Amino acid sequence: MSTDIFLQNIANSITLGSLYALIAIGYTMVYGILRLINFAHADLLMVASYIAFYGILVFTLPWWLAFAIAIVLTTLLGIGIEKAAYRPLRNAPRISVLISAIGVSFLLENIGIVAIGARPKSFPRPTDLVWSIHVGNISFLSLTIIIPIVTLILLLAVTLLVNKTKIGMAMRAVSRDFETSSLMAVNVNKVITATFAVGSALAAIGGLLWSMQYPQVDPLMGVFPGLKCFIAAVMGGIGNIPGAMLGGYVLGFCEVMLVGFFPGLSGYRDAFAFVILIVILLFRPGGILGENVVEKV
Amino acid sequence: MDKRKRSKNILTVIVLLLACILLYLAQNYLNAFYIRVLNLAAIFAILGLSMNLVLGFTGMFSLGHSGFMCIGAYTAAILTMSPASKELIYYMEPIVPVLAKVEWPLFPAIIAAGVVAALFGILVGIPALRLRDDYLAIATLGFAEIIRIVVTNIVSITNGSLGLKNIPSVNSIWVYWGCAIITLLILKRVISSSWGYAFRAIRDNEIAAEAMGISIFKHKLISFTIGAFFAGIAGALMGFLITSVDPTMFKFLFTFQILLVVVLGGMGSLTGSVISALVITIMMEVLRVVEQPIDLFGLTIPGLSGMRMVIFSILLLLVILFYRQGLMGTKEFNWDWILDKLKFFKSRKRGEAA
Repeated sequence: MSTDIFLQNIANSITLGSLYALIAIGYTMVYGILRLINFAHADLLMVASYIAFYGILVFTLPWWLAFAIAIVLTTLLGIGIEKAAYRPLRNAPRISVLISAIGVSFLLENIGIVAIGARPKSFPRPTDLVWSIHVGNISFLSLTIIIPIVTLILLLAVTLLVNKTKIGMAMRAVSRDFETSSLMAVNVNKVITATFAVGSALAAIGGLLWSMQYPQVDPLMGVFPGLKCFIAAVMGGIGNIPGAMLGGYVLGFCEVMLVGFFPGLSGYRDAFAFVILIVILLFRPGGILGENVVEKV
Repeated sequence: MDKRKRSKNILTVIVLLLACILLYLAQNYLNAFYIRVLNLAAIFAILGLSMNLVLGFTGMFSLGHSGFMCIGAYTAAILTMSPASKELIYYMEPIVPVLAKVEWPLFPAIIAAGVVAALFGILVGIPALRLRDDYLAIATLGFAEIIRIVVTNIVSITNGSLGLKNIPSVNSIWVYWGCAIITLLILKRVISSSWGYAFRAIRDNEIAAEAMGISIFKHKLISFTIGAFFAGIAGALMGFLITSVDPTMFKFLFTFQILLVVVLGGMGSLTGSVISALVITIMMEVLRVVEQPIDLFGLTIPGLSGMRMVIFSILLLLVILFYRQGLMGTKEFNWDWILDKLKFFKSRKRGEAA
């Protein structure tokens, strides 16, 4: 592998890792509070991309307006999903909530297929945001720089939100203990709504960046990124925001380098993330930065 | 109670005979399409039963069923295809010589499919079953996806993404429903054995079960392996029904449909799974209407492909949100239940008379 290709791979892995990190934060926040894999999180990516797609192409909105509308609507959708499909099951067995999450995810995907068609469409890249940069022999898109910066800013914002604000304190309290925090006059439902709002907004931004980087949208586009980002969240230690970020970068780096160094294994690329997941769960179930929790009677 | 046991046995024999007569009638008087739908229902019944054992009785949320089906389908297909058609199909890369000449009869191949799937069940189960709830779900989902990706990539055994065609076709309703009934009877035995009690203890409270001296890991592995075995058999039957398999068939969508069968039938009810497999398969065919263009008074409504899955997703959500016990809950449609009902009515009548 020549230096140029190696640097190119580094650039690719930073982009991919940032995207994974951004989406993984949403997973980890929701999981931290509800102990639920929000399967629908992955499909919010798709919803946001499609709203932006139609906003730009059909309603000929400027890209920033289309993106803003996409983020707002996706956030509302995320809150709505929580209210409709997870809240009624607050005291139900965990398996029921998981099944409900899978149902919502399938519903969104199939509504996408019915309303839009299963054929992939190419996403219009706003020229203001995407241009090529040449440094020596390597060329890369401006997104390679924009995506990590956006990710870092959002990570910082979320960290501040969770650690410094009142609602953030309430989120941490609820994620520790549901009942006690409700006894301490924390409005649990409001906190959960806020968490879903933040998570869904991050998913929407992740989805928009994703479809600019890989400019193709289809109703099932969220499935694999979603699974991998969940894996990234587990790798870093679920419920842990810096951990999700770390997991995202590690996963992105490993994936790109696997294909870069062993092109013969590129067919196994999607399986690789799951192998990592299983290894992590077996040897360090708490994740890299997480703590191991022992269940008490 | 002896009298009751005897009458239960007699009733069971009568119902089995009735089932045979019904199957005979269906085989001889229904057209090929209906028979196909019924056969598909039998496959879903087997799948539902096997997932119910794992999810409903042992409380393990495993989403790996499509992976085990995939293994079963490929095993049975490769074992039963004629050497000539193998030579024809594997044109990208020739098939490994060991498998090129084999041509097994139907039933050994079905059993082999189950056994191979069960072996993979053990392999997957040993690492995965240390996990619980959503971690288990995502890990088994991962394993199913790994199985599918490996099957796509080992071209000299599975013919890769081209899949296998010309699998010997089996249309007899006896094979499919025979397998389904045998599955039901075997799982009924498993459930009422000491294993079955251990499974339910683990489902209800793992820590308490362990404190009572039940080996959690052993019983989870047993349940998971039995589930994988029957998923493999269902996969084999799927191959014989549609005479071709390819890796894209066994995506997560399939597991979702099985999950729907289990949830609708009631998690923890074997007979519920069979009933809901029938209901859902028939609904799936009836609802094909909504995906075809409809002509309404000269107004053509274009068909919406994918609409059926929307309906099924909504159905799953409605069941889980408002009617969590499903059709049967954890009840079984068995003789004790019916005899109790009869007795209840009799005693009430007597009470009214007096």
